Amino acid sequence: MTDIVHTPEGHDIPNTFTRAMLDWLPWLEPMAEADLTPRHMAGLVDAARAKSPYFRLLAHDPEVLEARTRTDKDIFYNTQAGLPRAERELAATAASRLNGCIYCASVHARHATTYSRRGDDIQRLLDQGVGTDLGERWNAIVAAAVALTEMPMTFGPAHVARLRAAGLDDPAIADAIQAASFFNWANRLMLSLGEPVPQG
Amino acid sequence: MNDTTDVIDRLAAIAPGSALDRVRHARPEARRHAQASFDALFVPLDDAAMGVRERAAVALFVAALHADAPAQALYADLLRHSGGAVLEEPVLVEAARAMARGPYGSYPAGPLTGENEAGPEYRVDEAAQEVLGPRLAAALAHAHMLVFHPRDAAPWHLQALVQAQWSTPGIVTLSQLVAFLSFQLRVAAGLRAMAEAA
Repeated sequence: MTDIVHTPEGHDIPNTFTRAMLDWLPWLEPMAEADLTPRHMAGLVDAARAKSPYFRLLAHDPEVLEARTRTDKDIFYNTQAGLPRAERELAATAASRLNGCIYCASVHARHATTYSRRGDDIQRLLDQGVGTDLGERWNAIVAAAVALTEMPMTFGPAHVARLRAAGLDDPAIADAIQAASFFNWANRLMLSLGEPVPQG
Repeated sequence: MNDTTDVIDRLAAIAPGSALDRVRHARPEARRHAQASFDALFVPLDDAAMGVRERAAVALFVAALHADAPAQALYADLLRHSGGAVLEEPVLVEAARAMARGPYGSYPAGPLTGENEAGPEYRVDEAAQEVLGPRLAAALAHAHMLVFHPRDAAPWHLQALVQAQWSTPGIVTLSQLVAFLSFQLRVAAGLRAMAEAA
């Protein structure tokens, strides 16, 4: 059996970081909706994700997909204490900006904008990169995401101290770490299994 | 490894009842499903698309690229327990050859190309390919790209895996494995830094 690698052609290639809605085209064949068994549906977690080529591609390994999705949801959606959602999305956007995931950055820059109402600052992060000045609290969060994303990782006690000085308690710091780390997972899937395309 | 061991706790040396243990339990689903991800990848229900020995070998390579000593010990142990002891040394030799700084890579033609950063395109050494076999050699090259320069990813990287007899489900599992480790090792490193700063 030889599996097919798709090379989508004839579309514009997004070449800037943007908050606009993008679509994503897979390079490998997702599972057909008709072939999704209860095991695959459990992996998708939300039935609506059966419409997404990205999630139907990941459904080839449903147990890993389910665990990935439940990890993601708790890190970003569990509002019990910890870091405000806007700043979890900021950490996700910063990691995506540094890794170069235009698709992930677009989604999470929109979320960060929605929750923070600081769209101009988020746009500056996209336009100018992770070195831009966003005020000390956001700078500390972006610096932590950068230090966790770089290889070798440079995140250390000094980053923790800076986050504390910026007003984050330990649950909030752990959220920043998990949000940036999770996007080192998500970026690698989105970047390597397909490509973004303008919507419409 | 017994099934009550949380791997991130083990990598970050978090003791039950400690302050960091309580912090992790504030995100109980994330904690539980980070572990479930590990279990699904390394103790899979079905390893037809990617064998457990291959999984452990790629994990050891990725842990070594992160210079994460506790993770390297854990995945070397896993490799030995999955009948891959003979692979340990060649995988570590390749990881030393493959070491780089990241994230580097290129952007599509346009205003971002000013941020392009050059870096190595790693291939497994020819003599090592004999020991590792074509599937694992292709997997290590792919893992290196994912770890250090994921924005360079292109269809030809997947074509190289297909040519080395990787199926679509196998490529999905391989990609998830490397991407998951990119998460796991960062969380563990982050928690270790918190412990140090306490």
